[in-house]
Amino acid sequence: MSTTTEHLQATAAAMPTAPRVESPLRRFTAAFFESRIATAAFGMLLLVVAIALFAPWLSPQDPYDLAVVDIMDSRMAPGEEAMAGFTFWLGSDGAGRDMLSAIFYGLRISLGVGVASGLIAMLIGMCIGLTAAYFGGRVDAVIMRIVDLQLSFPAILVALILVAILGKGVDKVIIALVTVQWAYYARTVRGSALVERSKEYIEAATCLALSHRRIVFRHLLPNCLPPMIVVVTLQTAHAISLEATLSFLGVGLPQTEPSLGLLISNGFEYMMSGKYWISFFPGLALLITIVSINLVGDQLRDVLNPRLER
Amino acid sequence: MNAGKQPTLEVEDLRTHFFTKAGVVKAVDGVSFAVGQGEVLGLVGESGSGKSVTGFSILGLVDPPGRVVGGRILFKGEDLVPLGEDRMRALRGSRIAMIFQDPMMTLNPVLRVDTQMIEAILAHRKVSKAAAYDRARETLMRVGIASPDERLRSYPHQFSGGMRQRVAIAIALLNEPDLIIADEPTTALDVTIQAQILYEAQKLCRETGTALIWITHDLTVVAGLADRICVMYAGRDVEQGTVDQVLDHPLHPYTHGLIGSVPSRNRRGARLQQIPGMTPSLLNLAPGCAFRSRCPRATDRCEAEPTVTMRGDGRRVRCFNPVDADVSA
Amino acid sequence: MSVLESQSSTRVVPGSAAGEPPLIEVRHLSKRFVKALDLAEKIAARLGADVHEEVVHAVDDVSLAVSKGEVVGLVGESGCGKSTLGRMVAGILAPSSGEILYRGSDRATLDGAAARRAALAVQMIFQDPFASLNPRMRVADIVGEAARVHGLVDAAGFDAYLDEVLRQCGLDPSFKRRYPHQFSGGQRQRIGIARALAVKPEFIVCDESVAALDVSIQAQILNLFMDLRESLGLTYLFISHDLGVVEHLSDRVVIMYLGRVVESAPTEALFDEANHPYTQALLREVPRLESRHSSFEPIKGEIPSPLDPPPGCHFHPRCPHAMARCREEAPALREIAPGRMSACHLNDG
Repeated sequence: MSTTTEHLQATAAAMPTAPRVESPLRRFTAAFFESRIATAAFGMLLLVVAIALFAPWLSPQDPYDLAVVDIMDSRMAPGEEAMAGFTFWLGSDGAGRDMLSAIFYGLRISLGVGVASGLIAMLIGMCIGLTAAYFGGRVDAVIMRIVDLQLSFPAILVALILVAILGKGVDKVIIALVTVQWAYYARTVRGSALVERSKEYIEAATCLALSHRRIVFRHLLPNCLPPMIVVVTLQTAHAISLEATLSFLGVGLPQTEPSLGLLISNGFEYMMSGKYWISFFPGLALLITIVSINLVGDQLRDVLNPRLER
Repeated sequence: MNAGKQPTLEVEDLRTHFFTKAGVVKAVDGVSFAVGQGEVLGLVGESGSGKSVTGFSILGLVDPPGRVVGGRILFKGEDLVPLGEDRMRALRGSRIAMIFQDPMMTLNPVLRVDTQMIEAILAHRKVSKAAAYDRARETLMRVGIASPDERLRSYPHQFSGGMRQRVAIAIALLNEPDLIIADEPTTALDVTIQAQILYEAQKLCRETGTALIWITHDLTVVAGLADRICVMYAGRDVEQGTVDQVLDHPLHPYTHGLIGSVPSRNRRGARLQQIPGMTPSLLNLAPGCAFRSRCPRATDRCEAEPTVTMRGDGRRVRCFNPVDADVSA
Repeated sequence: MSVLESQSSTRVVPGSAAGEPPLIEVRHLSKRFVKALDLAEKIAARLGADVHEEVVHAVDDVSLAVSKGEVVGLVGESGCGKSTLGRMVAGILAPSSGEILYRGSDRATLDGAAARRAALAVQMIFQDPFASLNPRMRVADIVGEAARVHGLVDAAGFDAYLDEVLRQCGLDPSFKRRYPHQFSGGQRQRIGIARALAVKPEFIVCDESVAALDVSIQAQILNLFMDLRESLGLTYLFISHDLGVVEHLSDRVVIMYLGRVVESAPTEALFDEANHPYTQALLREVPRLESRHSSFEPIKGEIPSPLDPPPGCHFHPRCPHAMARCREEAPALREIAPGRMSACHLNDG
């Protein structure tokens, strides 16, 4: 087989001599951390998530435990000392709860609701979008008209109506958020699936007589994920702010499990009397969370956008 | 200097480097050639050979991190390298024009063809709008467009690919440039359409005396079109001469291999001569002849940078062991 | 020898036993792409606006047979339907009408194991060395997936089998854990070839498979095709716009124009003496190393849109020999000499 060896030599000489297998993930992380702002935002986001996860161990006080909350401590300014002996670094609210602890616990709820609704909406939207793109024709037309209809209503309005009907509670808020968000995912995944479906590697998979399920889940889906990661990040931030809005308006979560939005709302009445901290610090926490998620999302979009390939 | 004999464009030892984060990419690293009035020069090379960057360098269109770091570009005796952007802009589109592979680089999709062509004329000349329109109409006819009035009223998206390329060529011709640089303008076109455009291009050069640099990867295209050929490899000109000289008796082993890789009618069914390996990365390229790892004639000497040898018959070759060095055939 | 007309029965093909059906045969194959009206356009049409469904006859009643071991070149310019025909043969697109026969039996009527065998027997090698490989899979998975899924090789023998296929295509098996982006264009094309070969096909459709490569790399891949043909006894349908490449590789050439076959002949005969005026024009205008300073007047006119092809013979608006009949009546593809077919009214005179 002289010809084969000739080819082999030809190729072996030409092979790139990269010392290791450079996986797409490794390339991606390298590109992501090129930006300092994005790295800082990512670090901040990690911190916020860690606080949310470990709130019970980090907080000086359990704000849900009525036994340790003392009404005598109400509306303490930042830096004052509690009856129980610890310091209210960020002050206390009208019921005497430590703001720092309340924010830690509130972050837990806000982030949990945002991430949960984002992921559920992504799963639903992805299945619907892939179905539309893969089957095309009438199925596609019907699904996409429903998506259009859904997207034409203001999200906050739909969420308000739904929560008003369903009532208060974490599960109900999540249902409302999923309802207003799945359409974004469906539209995004359909768009990228339509592009990917027409590429030659999908044709090659068809030609190799692979099953439809295999083509959709092994070939089509992984290549549609990058834009989904961007949407899931930005939509999670959107979900958190929507939930905060609902809670602020008093229709979201119950008073017993205050999220950031509810904390802001609770402190609102004291704003004019100079007791800014009850609203201000939860607001700041909300702002930091949303901004860092958005910055991470923007960088993800830049890195994952094939048209900006460097 | 003798004004009558002066070439329209003379490029001397041009070097254009790109300073990227990963290192210096020497996209063009020593290229010299000249084109005279009415002459067609085929600038031939594979992807990554630096042929397009050479074209962009002449036009002063190299964007950062790229920069012309050495050499001279003499356009009718005037060096373009130190020229300011204002003067270059005045030259581009009037004295020097460019045609791209994708005609939509030249054409604005949201403007009618007549608007674009008239603007192109008025930008460089003080004539009336009516005169400019007549000029546009006349130029379209010249590139073989049958009903110019109708085409002038259309938008670019209403044309086929071949027609768009013709319009782009007409725009390049509007101000009767002295030099046209064409970067693979027929690569995306079908054979019969390509033949039409090559025919028109050749006719135009002969009639107007415009010098033409035709950048392409396709030796067969320049075989029919060009007077002279300059072959590029890894940023350097490796061989130059007339079409007959280069194609019939290539001197550089790369040109020799390239011609052997073109399927041709005399050797049907036979194995094609193949150049082993692939084009080297221009990033941090090692010194010495860039072709030596693929070259059947390479010797230890090729570790050093080969110098250009001028032959008596006007040919240039950059090789220590040219193909005719030891064989009588 | 084997472009079939409707009535013609199986012909004797050189190199195969008499009476053996061709490896792949297509009969009266057509593909229409219909751009249906959406709701707004339907309403507009009801109100009398000039909108109607757009139908492209990408492939229009094409019959063609390829025998085992043959290399058939399929040549045409954009919009001629050569890629669509290739994709139908490869089983990627479903025909609008007509049938595709694998070893004499209609592929549409097969099922179960026989259908799978017929599907795997025809593989395709694509034009774009970048888009044709799944960027998120390693070379080992790209090449080996189908062979594993279809049980062509068991888990124990998989690695050895994969290495063998890669080696056959001139790839170093030690790079099989890499991703496609780590390879050059020519190497990616080899990966695409390995993917096709891994399912042990008999028939390969090459759709412009070397068009995107540099000339020196193109020669490497063309040589690989010829080596594989010899060592594996492969049959090729080689689709290309490049007459030089087709001439070099093919035993027989089929020329298409706007969805129809206009001429088919053994390579030598076609390049020596083309019959159809379109083929003549193509041959004259293809750039060659030998044709210096060519200054003939090329054929006039644009390639018409396949959306609205000219009536009669599709080529008549550009044909120097067009007569009144050409504008009205489409010429049939007829045998003009043994093994040669052409669709031109001039042959009737």
